[in-house]
Amino acid sequence: MVEVKIIKDEESATAFIKGDIDHHTAKDIREQIDAYAQNNQIKLLKLDFSQVQFMDSSGIGLIMGRFKMMQMLKGKVTVINVPSHLKRLIKISGLLALGVIEKGEV
Amino acid sequence: MAQLKNEMKFEFISKSANESFARATVAAFVAQLDPTISEVADIKTAISEAVTNCIVHAYKNGLGTIYISVKIFENGQVIIKIRDKGCGIENISQAMEPLYTTGGAERAGLGFAVMQSFMDNIKVTSKLEKGTTITLTKNIIPRVAKNGQ
Ligand SMILES: Nc1ncnc2c1ncn2[C@@H]1O[C@H](COP(=O)(O)OP(=O)(O)OP(=O)(O)O)[C@@H](O)[C@H]1O
Ligand SMILES: [Mg+2]
Repeated sequence: MVEVKIIKDEESATAFIKGDIDHHTAKDIREQIDAYAQNNQIKLLKLDFSQVQFMDSSGIGLIMGRFKMMQMLKGKVTVINVPSHLKRLIKISGLLALGVIEKGEV
Repeated sequence: MAQLKNEMKFEFISKSANESFARATVAAFVAQLDPTISEVADIKTAISEAVTNCIVHAYKNGLGTIYISVKIFENGQVIIKIRDKGCGIENISQAMEPLYTTGGAERAGLGFAVMQSFMDNIKVTSKLEKGTTITLTKNIIPRVAKNGQ
């Protein structure tokens, strides 16, 4: 189960993801975020992970996919409020090299 | 050889809604070994990876059955097998390389790397057109040792 709430602040938007991110829920999250970013000319997309209970590599794919989507919109992605139980997964994912994780998050 | 404490098997069709069912079911069974929250999270993540692979790769052209068996031992060892009768893997060592994926833009190619890092051991056997079996092992540290007594 997953819920996405998107809040806009000028050219940036924060997507608050609440629940589990797996292959099943990722599709729904992706569709909501992509439609919003494209329709609202978002330049900075923040993904707030503070309410993510569970995540597997589908969540890493979701972040990489939004990175590419925002690149096409000439914008950026950043992941914020990574809970401690997801830090090991983020560390082994190589996402740090992509520059989408804020300094000091993991 | 450690003494078997308990064993269970279940199977389900390859619908993505069953990913959360599968990991929650295995976690509930393994709870008998009194694992920590972090040990449970590791197992759930590895199960989610293996089951998702059956759904998105093994049975990419339709629905099939996914078989899971779990054995737990008195010494805290957990052995989980996830089996499909799907397309099989041609080159296992290539498939297990981090970032290797045949799944397209939304897949990271990290499932095997995650299983490797979150579990103590992984074994993959596969046959083209026959299917794949993933055997995952994790050693749950007994509570006494955890408390440092
Ligand atoms: N059960 C399976 N049956 C057939 N092919 C598989 C199976 N599991 C994995 N593979 C193959 O191995 C590759 C690597 O799997 P892995 O889980 O590491 O990455 P992924 O599934 O592609 O991406 P991610 O897990 O990050 O979403 C897959 O792209 C697929 O080609
Ligand atoms: Mg995978």
